[in-house]
Amino acid sequence: MSSNRSLEPSSLSLNDLPWQIEYNNDRCTLCGQCTAVCPVKAIALHPFQKRIVKTSVGKNAEHSNAYDTFYGIRQDTRVENACIGCAMCTLVCPNDAIRPKRNPGLDRMKFHINQHGIPRRRGGRRNDSGSVLDRIKFTRISMLTDPALDAGRHEFEMSTLLGRVLPPRENMKCLREKGWIPPVREIYPLIIGGMSFGALSPTMWEGLQMGVAYLNEEMGMPVRICTGEGGCPPRLLRSRFLKYVILQIASGYFGWDEIIHAIPHMKEDPCAIEIKYGQGAKPGDGGLLMWHKVNKLIAAIRGVPQGVSLPSPPTHQTQYSIEESVAKMILSMSMAWGFRVPVYPKISASSTSLAVMNNLTRNEYAAGLAIDGEDGGTGAAYAVSMDHMGHPIASCVRDNYLNLTSLGKQNEVPIFAGGGVGKNGNIAANAAALIMLGASGVQVGKYLMQAAAGCVGTEEDRCNVCNLGICPKGITSQDPRLYRRLNPEDVAQRLVDIFVSFDTQLKKIVAPLGRSTSLPIGMSDALGIDDKNIADRLSIKYVV
Amino acid sequence: MCRLFAITSKDPQSPMLAIKALDVMKEGHDGSGVGLLLQDLGGTFEEMKDAPILSGIFTEEGICRLDLFMMKLGFMTKHKISLKPPKTRVEGIPRRHIYLIRAYELPEGWDALTQEELAVKLLEVRLKIREMGEEKNDMIVFSFWPDTIMLKEIGDPMKLAEYLGLDRKELEARVIMAQGRQNTNYAISLYACHPFFIKGYCTMTNGENTAFIPIKDFLSSRNIPGYTGYQSDSEVFAHILHFSMEELGLGIDGYKHVITPLQRDDLAKHPNFEFLDHLKKTCRPLIIDGPNMVIGTLPDHSMFMVQDRKKLRPGVVGGKPGMFAFSSEICGLDAVIPDRDKTMDIQPMHLDTAIVSPERQEVNICRQTEALNLPL
Repeated sequence: MSSNRSLEPSSLSLNDLPWQIEYNNDRCTLCGQCTAVCPVKAIALHPFQKRIVKTSVGKNAEHSNAYDTFYGIRQDTRVENACIGCAMCTLVCPNDAIRPKRNPGLDRMKFHINQHGIPRRRGGRRNDSGSVLDRIKFTRISMLTDPALDAGRHEFEMSTLLGRVLPPRENMKCLREKGWIPPVREIYPLIIGGMSFGALSPTMWEGLQMGVAYLNEEMGMPVRICTGEGGCPPRLLRSRFLKYVILQIASGYFGWDEIIHAIPHMKEDPCAIEIKYGQGAKPGDGGLLMWHKVNKLIAAIRGVPQGVSLPSPPTHQTQYSIEESVAKMILSMSMAWGFRVPVYPKISASSTSLAVMNNLTRNEYAAGLAIDGEDGGTGAAYAVSMDHMGHPIASCVRDNYLNLTSLGKQNEVPIFAGGGVGKNGNIAANAAALIMLGASGVQVGKYLMQAAAGCVGTEEDRCNVCNLGICPKGITSQDPRLYRRLNPEDVAQRLVDIFVSFDTQLKKIVAPLGRSTSLPIGMSDALGIDDKNIADRLSIKYVV
Repeated sequence: MCRLFAITSKDPQSPMLAIKALDVMKEGHDGSGVGLLLQDLGGTFEEMKDAPILSGIFTEEGICRLDLFMMKLGFMTKHKISLKPPKTRVEGIPRRHIYLIRAYELPEGWDALTQEELAVKLLEVRLKIREMGEEKNDMIVFSFWPDTIMLKEIGDPMKLAEYLGLDRKELEARVIMAQGRQNTNYAISLYACHPFFIKGYCTMTNGENTAFIPIKDFLSSRNIPGYTGYQSDSEVFAHILHFSMEELGLGIDGYKHVITPLQRDDLAKHPNFEFLDHLKKTCRPLIIDGPNMVIGTLPDHSMFMVQDRKKLRPGVVGGKPGMFAFSSEICGLDAVIPDRDKTMDIQPMHLDTAIVSPERQEVNICRQTEALNLPL
């Protein structure tokens, strides 16, 4: 733009962008791979002009003034084409000539991502690397008075229970009198949280399912995966692998026509039914699958037309009270599988979670409560919801567990915690901390996308375009050109790696605490933190 | 690690026998305290098997308050032993006014109560006295139960026994449990001393209980009177025993299935798989995970020993018909029953519950993989 032109309010310079391309013309061969791979077309081949002035001190020497044209890569400064920092250009560059760099100054683009009156929407995360869970230490190490256990050699049983557990006496009575005992599943405490078929690409979904099947059948680890709100492929519904799957129903009921019709043909019951009422990343907001991703297959599985955005309502619209939305829905879902399948709600962490929990304690069909904290991920949401709405998971889980303890129901209604587990890579430590605060297990999503499929998202607002169907790694895209980049078998292999290494890490945490044969749920005496206020709030030790 | 010794004998024995065993095992305790349980009593108390006996430590004011309280309830003293400490002080033993062991005549009308109702009433009285004592620091009560005496004090077991004259005839008993304490806390609360007693069930343990907090949370939220205290992480073993047998109606062979259930594969092969699977799931917070050996007695005077899931602590049972001893170390057993057939000694392993029944003829080993005597 020349200097005598008028400026538009949203005219941005490279300096205003959150990510800036560092480009080395000397190393570039102009192969074009970077421009081809860039998901947002932030870079393009561009002619540059260079003036070459040649002067000489010689008396009769000729002076010359020539303009040379050369080609290089130019970064686009338009809001819609701003670099997202995914670094796919760096990945494909054969000569290491290009890379995005985070702008250390103020991200002025933030003031302009609302062109045409549409506020910013994105996928991903909250983009805040702070984590209370990371700060929690395990301080009750068995020393001399009590020999520590050997994580490598002693026997361990690190499973948990999903389902309503009756009090021991009542359970024995039901057993004796052949009464109904709520179904309880013994599962691995790290659960793959709800990520829908649609939000995830077919290759990603297939990879996760294959990995789960392998973990169960070859490794003997009872790992379970939740479908998210997007239905389930018909072949999986009719296969024996359904027992490893938690089917999710949410306010859009997507895919449930197919599921209900498949019930008579099911060889196995699903592991459980999760009724999603809220999501930690965007509490009070429904699911969203943008039209870019609703292709023929997704439309068929979800039972909707192709190419339309699929916003789920913020709540289950057919119901108007907690009795309706929780009690009746749990009962209906239980009834659909003849009361053989645990049914539990998932809510976003909130200061009202306790009210939900209290309600569930009086509902014998409620199989547990999943609570999703503000650090949870999402495939698509308004940035304002992700950035400013929500409740941290740690105190919410703790409050709910202590509330259950005061009612004497801490083993009866299991709490599953999610949202930010492993957000900075410390998955086992975060999971163990939540378990010792009172969770029976944890749900994890983003970590698996990063570790099992190479998602490039970080807490620095990197990439975050899951909503647009242009995922450069093919994890959240429905475009075959993109999702073919992801080999499902590689995903499965990585998933197995992750769970096996998580298991070793978990043992390395619990063994020194003297625990091995039962998951240390609520073992809060093992925890400490270097902040007095947090310690008081969580009823754990303050250590410095 | 504390040292433990228990003996069950058809003829009444002096508690000095157990003290002697603790003395032999001295290198394993630091003389910071001793706890003693005497049941199936000989001596004078033998003629009053149904009379509840109150055991505790009282100040001068405490004893007055106790008398007033008990009289109000209608209890009459039937027989008592007052262990008055000698005037000369012994280093390491605190100065007390009186160690009281007093059998009471039940108040009028209590005779008509069922055993169960009576047990509840006696427990209520004990808890009330404990509460009153904690208010003014003038009473410590260990047990209030028929045919049962308990004594706990800080100090070296042998010195303490001599100091209090525990060799007297009227303290002889057929069931004796003793713990030599290895203190791991700075302040010693006598309520943290083993053995722990609730309604005829009594246990003592060596080793730390790493799952203490979740177990305590579970027990104290059951709304069962007496599931309180927990000054020691080992008190829960007694309450779990009571819970398994009284609340769930299990036999002693079920206790180990509650505290150290079988793992998935072994459980699947068990003849009572369905029952045990449900038991494991519903009693999950009661699973102990630490290195613990538990010695206990039941209301019928059976005595047992169980080990943790990995058998990380020592424990041996041996003896001869009529007299068997349970000891944390073999040297303790050797000191008390040297003339037994040592080849018959049993060191229970990770699946075993060793039980000597009230007939005291043999040691029965109940393996966790065997079929249960179910309440169904």
